Amino acid sequence: MRYLPLNQNDRNAMLDVIGAQDIDALFNDVPESARLKTLIDLPLHQSEQSVEQWFLRRSNKSVSAASVPFFCGAGAYKHHIPASVDHLIQRSEFLTAYTPYQPEISQGTLQVLFEFQTQVALLTGMDVANASMYDGSTACAEAVVMAGRVTRKKKAVLAAGLHPHYAAATQSVAKFLDIDITQNPCAPSSDADVLSQIDDSTACVVVQSPNVFGEIVDLTPYAEKAHAHKALLIAVFTEPVALAAITPPGHQGADIVVGEGQSIGVGLNFGGPYVGLFACRQKLVRQMPGRVCGQTVDASGKRGFVLTLSTREQHIRREKATSNICTNSGLCALAFTIHMTLLGDAGIKRLAALNHEAACALADRLSAIDGVELVNGTFFNEFTLRLSKPAKPVVDALADHGILGGVPVSRLTCGNDDLLLVAVTETSSDDDMAAFEQALRKIMT
Amino acid sequence: MKTEGRQTRPVTAANESMPQSFSGNIGLSQKEDLIFEIGTPRRTGVDLPEPKGTQSRLGGMERQGEIGLPGLTEPQTLRHYVRLSQKNYAIDLGVYPLGSCTMKHNPRLNEKVARMPGFADVHPLQPVQTVQGALEVMSELSDWLITMTNMPAVALTPKAGAHGELCGMMAIRARLDADGQTARRRVLVPESAHGTNPATAVQCGFTVDEIPANAKGRVDMDALRAKLSERSDDIAGIMLTNPNTCGLFENDIIEIADLIHKAGGYFYCDGANFNALVGRVRPGDLGVDAMHINLHKTFSTPHGGGGPGSGPTVLSDALKDFAPVPFVVKTQDGFDLIENADGEAAQSFGRMCVFHGNMGMYTRALSYMMSHGADGLKQATEDAVLNANYVQASLSDVMTPAFDGYCMHEALFDDRFLKDTGVETLDFAKAMIDEGYHPMTMYFPLVVHGAMLIEPTESESKGELDRFIGSMRSLAERAKSGDAESFKAAPVHAPMRRLDETQAARKPVLRWTPPEDTAQAAE
Repeated sequence: MRYLPLNQNDRNAMLDVIGAQDIDALFNDVPESARLKTLIDLPLHQSEQSVEQWFLRRSNKSVSAASVPFFCGAGAYKHHIPASVDHLIQRSEFLTAYTPYQPEISQGTLQVLFEFQTQVALLTGMDVANASMYDGSTACAEAVVMAGRVTRKKKAVLAAGLHPHYAAATQSVAKFLDIDITQNPCAPSSDADVLSQIDDSTACVVVQSPNVFGEIVDLTPYAEKAHAHKALLIAVFTEPVALAAITPPGHQGADIVVGEGQSIGVGLNFGGPYVGLFACRQKLVRQMPGRVCGQTVDASGKRGFVLTLSTREQHIRREKATSNICTNSGLCALAFTIHMTLLGDAGIKRLAALNHEAACALADRLSAIDGVELVNGTFFNEFTLRLSKPAKPVVDALADHGILGGVPVSRLTCGNDDLLLVAVTETSSDDDMAAFEQALRKIMT
Repeated sequence: MKTEGRQTRPVTAANESMPQSFSGNIGLSQKEDLIFEIGTPRRTGVDLPEPKGTQSRLGGMERQGEIGLPGLTEPQTLRHYVRLSQKNYAIDLGVYPLGSCTMKHNPRLNEKVARMPGFADVHPLQPVQTVQGALEVMSELSDWLITMTNMPAVALTPKAGAHGELCGMMAIRARLDADGQTARRRVLVPESAHGTNPATAVQCGFTVDEIPANAKGRVDMDALRAKLSERSDDIAGIMLTNPNTCGLFENDIIEIADLIHKAGGYFYCDGANFNALVGRVRPGDLGVDAMHINLHKTFSTPHGGGGPGSGPTVLSDALKDFAPVPFVVKTQDGFDLIENADGEAAQSFGRMCVFHGNMGMYTRALSYMMSHGADGLKQATEDAVLNANYVQASLSDVMTPAFDGYCMHEALFDDRFLKDTGVETLDFAKAMIDEGYHPMTMYFPLVVHGAMLIEPTESESKGELDRFIGSMRSLAERAKSGDAESFKAAPVHAPMRRLDETQAARKPVLRWTPPEDTAQAAE
């Protein structure tokens, strides 16, 4: 077996040193009734070539985003990722290292995390960020739990525009911690009630902008109302490129900002792995979940970095930890950081402008079709269309035309059968948009 | 090459008095500043067309001013991150014997298949008829996991081990709630458990009751029976790692499962150490109700400097209806996704994350499993256990194994052999760095004083292990010879000397900020 360096001579020599008669002797603590006498009922070993071929054939059964006109978003976005990103994250020293618990031989990972935390803080307009969470939705759930710890209150108000799967992931965690969730029905412009739901018992209000329908939300009124009731504003985003174009949540009074980092540096990956971004105000840092990297000096006075504030974490605090998280999304955070470094301020602003222009152009083209109406007043690179027929069969028909034409809102577990989410990025060409328009026009008549 | 007049032999000279370099570099070891110190906001490493300047529809919410993100061109970016990478230790560089972490070889075939466009470049919410290949991989992975654990169901979505624990414990909580067993809130957790276990139990609204270990490093059965006989109507279950964190098989495990079930509770098994069992023991034969499997440990997906991982969780008949959505099902025409907690998923406790979990880890893990096959997986398990026992046996005369007898996939030592030497476990670990090794897991598990937990994995050759054992013996002997000073100074050959963790925690500096003088100069 190509991955196993020991040969039979080695094994025999080693058993001699151990003083064991055979390999079975090393398993003598296993109860007799639980010892497997035969091989498990699975295929035998295969060559690299044959495994590769098996996967290639499955890969060919899926329609990849780059192979067709592609307009899906709803929390995961396709952007062009520079080739150097994937090259660098495959460096053995990054790929095959563990969590940097031994800082003297982990400065590579640690300095990357320090750069990552700073980039996330700058992009969100916040004071500090952690070293990543699993994805945006689990970051959202952790933020709600954290708000409960900070305020010692139990009520969380979720705005209607919060991605329904983020709300569901939060609900799963909240229900066993007796956090009382006030959830608003998921529909465009139904947020009118949210402000009135914030009262003295409220720990936090969770507002997404751009929201799941693509609408840009002014967070300031939520921040003011929340703070008047000693509650926290948790701002959520699913498209980090948007934050280069719109006023960041940190400048609008958010106390915790969480979101999905996938669209910078990380591919679509059929939903994972992604990278959860988590930022907060400096005064809340000791209540933050997850790993944090901090600056310090070594014994010779040189600047270096370590994992710090670990007294919040499960390996030290056990049942009193701020979260049970251990493994995070380190390598995806590295990809985010490299891509962001290649972009820089000028690059990400230009990227954002190109995304927005493409979305404006496509929204105009599609909403000119009979039976298609643009729902949004504002948007960044994703908008919602109301169709005169159910969206899901329309999307299926588009797929038959070789076009991945967005995500039906019904797919997000929240009804609204006639709504279609359409995302546009710099990867969509004019020809792609023309093909989409033409096919949709045909299907709608 | 013309060598006339050119020296071809080195001059023998003492190099102790070599001057420090002007650059701060030391040969191949390059000093590297932060991107904030070398990049500028106007520089960029991507070429994008000029925007046309159309009317914005951002509703007057345009971001004003600079974000402050520095950019670098492509060659600068490459150099920056390659230089940083060289300050890291890695599996591909040498023995990485972190106990409980299973730092095994990460096959590159896995990286190749994970990047195939039908898995890496598909959107999670594309119509299911356009992602049949990806769904087939998920279904196939489920079949492999179910077969090798002999459990009836698996939830793939948990994103890491701790997330898998949450999945299993939420399923237990949901089952108890569905049965109206609302008084059952006490979870037994051995004191040797990984910190995620008690943290997870609390996150599911349970309270933690610690059970002590016996002198053999296993669950103290008398203490367990006493806890259950005192009161059992509040028992929700037990969280037990097997093999446990001392690297030992819990030989009373079947009886433990029976006792918990008779008390009305459920058995959560932490599967972090499944690498010791694959192909030889099936958790389903031990009475387990739920167990997460760390694909990034047992099934070789890369640790990536801290993640991403993946923690599929197998569930018993009692718990499987409570599994989270979404999940894949086989249909007449192929594969489908059940995404809503209704219909056949009506009892599901809900959703754990926005999409379908970490697909990128599913492909890698399945590629590893298929490469090994049933025969290779069993051999890998045996080699992992053999390597650990070889290390334990080869060091037991100079170091002090914490417990008698064979270990499973990791060897646990305590610090008795360092008594009165002035050298502590931490110093010993740092001295290993100068020998060219990553230290073992230290001070864990907590039940052993000054613990050193060594997990070599099946990926090490005998030659590599012999060199490692030689280093460990030499260090142990040096410590006993009274040379504490050199241990306290270690490491001296790493990119950094020991770092001041107290200062980092007391005055946390968690991000870069512009130096004050530059900020003032800019104003």
